[in-house]
Amino acid sequence: INHIVHNGGLYKRPFNEAFEETPMLVAVLTYVGYGVLTLFGYLRDFMRQWKIEKCQNATEREEQKDFVPLYQDFENFYNRNLYMRIRDSWNRPICSVPGAKVDMMERVSHDYNWTFTYTGRVIKDIINMGSYNYLGFAQKSGTCQEAAAKVLSQYGAGVCSTRQEMGNLDKHEELEKLVARFLGVESAMAYGMGFATNSMNIPALVGKGCLILSDELNHASLVLGARLSGATIRIFKHNNMQSLEKLLKDAIVHGQPRTRRPWKKILILVEGIYSMEGSIVRLPEVIALKKKYKSYLYLDEAHSIGALGPNGRGVVDYFGLNPEDVDVMMGTFTKSFGAAGGYIGGKKELIDYLRTYSHSAVYATSLSPPVVEQIITSMKCIMGEDGTTVGKARVQQLAENTRYFRRRLKEMGFIIYGNEDSPVVPLMLYMPAKIGAFGREMLKRNIGVVVVGFPATPIIESRARFCLSAAHTKEMLDTALKEINEVGDLLQLKYSRHRLVPLLDRPFDETTYEETED
Amino acid sequence: MDVKQVKDYLYWLYYQYLLITCSYVLEPWEQSMFHTITVTVFAMVLYTAYVFVPIHLRLAFQFFSQIFGGQPGSTV
Repeated sequence: INHIVHNGGLYKRPFNEAFEETPMLVAVLTYVGYGVLTLFGYLRDFMRQWKIEKCQNATEREEQKDFVPLYQDFENFYNRNLYMRIRDSWNRPICSVPGAKVDMMERVSHDYNWTFTYTGRVIKDIINMGSYNYLGFAQKSGTCQEAAAKVLSQYGAGVCSTRQEMGNLDKHEELEKLVARFLGVESAMAYGMGFATNSMNIPALVGKGCLILSDELNHASLVLGARLSGATIRIFKHNNMQSLEKLLKDAIVHGQPRTRRPWKKILILVEGIYSMEGSIVRLPEVIALKKKYKSYLYLDEAHSIGALGPNGRGVVDYFGLNPEDVDVMMGTFTKSFGAAGGYIGGKKELIDYLRTYSHSAVYATSLSPPVVEQIITSMKCIMGEDGTTVGKARVQQLAENTRYFRRRLKEMGFIIYGNEDSPVVPLMLYMPAKIGAFGREMLKRNIGVVVVGFPATPIIESRARFCLSAAHTKEMLDTALKEINEVGDLLQLKYSRHRLVPLLDRPFDETTYEETED
Repeated sequence: MDVKQVKDYLYWLYYQYLLITCSYVLEPWEQSMFHTITVTVFAMVLYTAYVFVPIHLRLAFQFFSQIFGGQPGSTV
């Protein structure tokens, strides 16, 4: 059900987010399927233990059989009995640049996915719906590639040192000034790895005696950083502002658990786009709450930088807010810029502090020069400073692709999670056999998709996640949609009970409230 | 032509059964075992229904007609 939220004038545009609930019959049948697989899993484990069948997974050595068992928990059971059976949908080796179309090496398995052999054939021109290539900068020709090649011949590929020692190149200084200008903040710092940016910098910002309020569905890097810091962590429900406000009120009123002293710092950890749900954070409300309760905000824009907003400047630009309201703006260069690494932007004092105290700055090797040049060229392209309108055109193409793709999938009758404007599109599959079947059927039709199951998602909510790109033309999207429609009919994936009325040529204003017919 | 359509439809129904019960991902010998058990259980359910349902229906009909008919129940 689409509902428009106009929360006291905080939102300048409608916020359409929907998570349709699981149909009861589908949930029951999913559990039945998992029950059958669990029974067969027990049978196979029994056979492996009594040596009726050869054991191909990792086990303890003979001498260690009396120790505390290593592989008895549910994760390992799931891994060897359920994941192994459909493992051929993951870790597929690609052998070309992951642009809009990609080449893949063909693999077969003769022992039910325990080992793979390459047939030697390369499957060419698979439509790539899985790479985080939001603005299409993953290219092997063009201005970015030429600039990166020039820098490679000038500086080489290795840096061989950390930022604090000999690894601080003039390219890094140039990049950081550019990133600060792009985001609209005072200063920024770039790191070699996006995951390490989160996990190594949160411990530098908060410590014991501080409170971290983290969203339910935060990424593993944020969770790891929060746990490493030693601060108290409290979780609020996903994108739920009432839950966040309640936690903030309790924190201010009651203080630290035993001593009742006030918290040294309260840090709210949210992400711009949550990649498993496709939902966008309610940033205006979070900022209003942050100002009211005097806490700090850490915004992880890994998927939203470059992909949202009329100028491609991320979720702050999308909502039309002031970048100075967000205390720590973090993001990665992996997704929209076609490079690698992460950055943190904020006030000059904060970044200067991080230059000295961040683990990543002290111990991790800095970014490689050709990668830095790729980021600089692509960022200038998005900002329009290279003299062309290519960047603006790409941002608009991505927004058009997103709206078109989501609208068409909803019309077909699939359950799609998330916000109308997010380029990450999760399509619900639910049943475990359909996870493997969907991946294989789509590959047969020359479309590469990413399917996700437990433990990245709750056990019955497995999904296929499409990542749209500005490099996808309308023909590619139409081909993909046609194939998804076919596979959806073949596998009976059209679970949605809310049929969307196809969009007429009328503007979406206050009077067009109900768009669904139940 | 019709026979082919019917056969395709039956194969599609079999495919749906494989997907829903997750026997699509099982190895062939596990699939045979699962199909044998399912067919056996289903056959037993059908047999039980055939033996017991008519008698139960007849007794229930008699019971309700006794209440609504108001006649003294004959023990003949």
